[in-house]
Amino acid sequence: MSGYWDPHIERMPLEDLHALQEDRLKSVVRYVYDHSAFYRQRFKEAGVEPGDIKTLADVTKLPFTRKVDLRDNYPTGMFSAPKSQVVRYHVSSGTTGKPTVVGYTKGDIETWSESLARALTSVGLDSDDVVQVGYGYGLFTGGLGLHYGAERIGAAVLPVGTGNTERQIELMQDLDTTAIACTPSYFLHIMEVAEKMGVSIKNDTKLKAGIFGAEPWSLETRKRIEDATGIKAYDIYGTSEISGPLFTECHVQKGIHIWADMFLTEVIDPKTNEPVADGECGELVFTTLHKFALPLIRYRIGDLTIMNSEPCECGRTHPRIMRILGRTDDMLIIRGINVFPSQVESVLMKIPEVGDHWEIIVGRKGPLDMMTVRVELTESGFSDKIGDLMKLKKNISKELKGVLNIAAEVDLVEPGTIPRSMGKAKRVTDNRKV
Amino acid sequence: MSEIKQISLFVENRPGRTAKVAKTLSDAGVNIRALTIAEAGDFGVIRMVLDDPEKGYKVLKDNAFTVSMTDVLAVEMKDTPGGLYEIVNSLGESNVNVDYAYAFVTAKAQKAMLILRVDDIAKARKVLGEKNVKIATKEEIQAI
Repeated sequence: MSGYWDPHIERMPLEDLHALQEDRLKSVVRYVYDHSAFYRQRFKEAGVEPGDIKTLADVTKLPFTRKVDLRDNYPTGMFSAPKSQVVRYHVSSGTTGKPTVVGYTKGDIETWSESLARALTSVGLDSDDVVQVGYGYGLFTGGLGLHYGAERIGAAVLPVGTGNTERQIELMQDLDTTAIACTPSYFLHIMEVAEKMGVSIKNDTKLKAGIFGAEPWSLETRKRIEDATGIKAYDIYGTSEISGPLFTECHVQKGIHIWADMFLTEVIDPKTNEPVADGECGELVFTTLHKFALPLIRYRIGDLTIMNSEPCECGRTHPRIMRILGRTDDMLIIRGINVFPSQVESVLMKIPEVGDHWEIIVGRKGPLDMMTVRVELTESGFSDKIGDLMKLKKNISKELKGVLNIAAEVDLVEPGTIPRSMGKAKRVTDNRKV
Repeated sequence: MSEIKQISLFVENRPGRTAKVAKTLSDAGVNIRALTIAEAGDFGVIRMVLDDPEKGYKVLKDNAFTVSMTDVLAVEMKDTPGGLYEIVNSLGESNVNVDYAYAFVTAKAQKAMLILRVDDIAKARKVLGEKNVKIATKEEIQAI
């Protein structure tokens, strides 16, 4: 099977890995204290000094950092490195409130590329591969991040970005693309367009791997993609605040490896802020251990996941996080019940009569929250007997209720009516007035 | 015996959808012999008998409609009171279930034509044949 990019680090015995983390944690705490006015102030408020951090466990003495801190200190108030050392900026879109700016030193770009080089190697890619980067280039971290990672392993990069889907498919065939990186929803769109063009991804292309992320997606969607195209679909994770896309599953597909020499991972109960045990769901908290322009201490990304610290059967010792269950920001509260769009997706993708595209509309009927799930009916799901279609609707409702514990209205819609996305899919429209 | 192919379409219940179906067929020069719309709230099913079902199926599919072909019977009815009764009664007595039915009157033949979707098409054919009910062929529908 696939090898390692940096076998020494990737297979490092846990004891050594923890010692390395401890060293780096102490360094980064000292570094931000000395270089970032924001952190010096924060540490003072929390009554903690760099000298108090003696072991890994002492990390809990440190204050949290939140997205709002980045916004409040827009654009570069939290940076630890002087501008002369910054070689790049990325800026998040800022759909809610102000955008956030992240910066990179030359070394930060190196670390980022190294992280993805390990990840891409772990899914079996090497210098013989052609990697089509279908993430947006520019201020968004997806395109350039994957680009640098794939170049680092010596793969040929096809920097197509998003959109131009027919051209993407032609290039995929002409240049023998073996791996594609994009959002899972955009790949579903590529599959649909390929079919219309009479191109079978399975038979007419050399595609063998997909690196899909930047939005939560379910195991059921993975199965659909893999079954339909014959490729292996891997989950990639990261967020701009910690550099961008950084980590993927390995070829074993049992969790996303978080490189422990670069990041210290905690999973906490979002209500009590206490750590949760391995195998329990909680909020992901990262401390950057090897980042210099914008190091972050105990950064609460807001993603919910489950951690597994056991070494993986692939031989890597670094901890894994399970598929992201949702971002706390994405969570809908409907009639007091928490609903994650990813739960809806996992239900829908198990039902063969339901197409690959769907959306959730939330509204109010009088005082009551109403959730409507709009799904496209597949050709094979269509019966010309109204009774069969009504039964299908009822069945989808029932399956949703079984998982979500709330009733959802189901609308069957014609194929092609739900908007397709090139980047992150917008699955939810909330029409409730707050 | 080749059966008559009915074309069925899944359509959302919103303005302009039926017009789009009609326009697609009209542009392709396909003639609609009979049509019925069954609606169920937010969506409906359009069922049609066309002069050229294969072509109609293809153009609708090419225009991204969700479409299927179903075997149906086209039965000639006397256009007088009791015409329908005679047919459905004999099917009922023989335990053939009618899933749905719709009728139209032909201008030339001055006869009413009943389109039937049944759960057992071979049996329906036999039962109606015994009663001397005339069942139209594909060619006859085409030639109306």
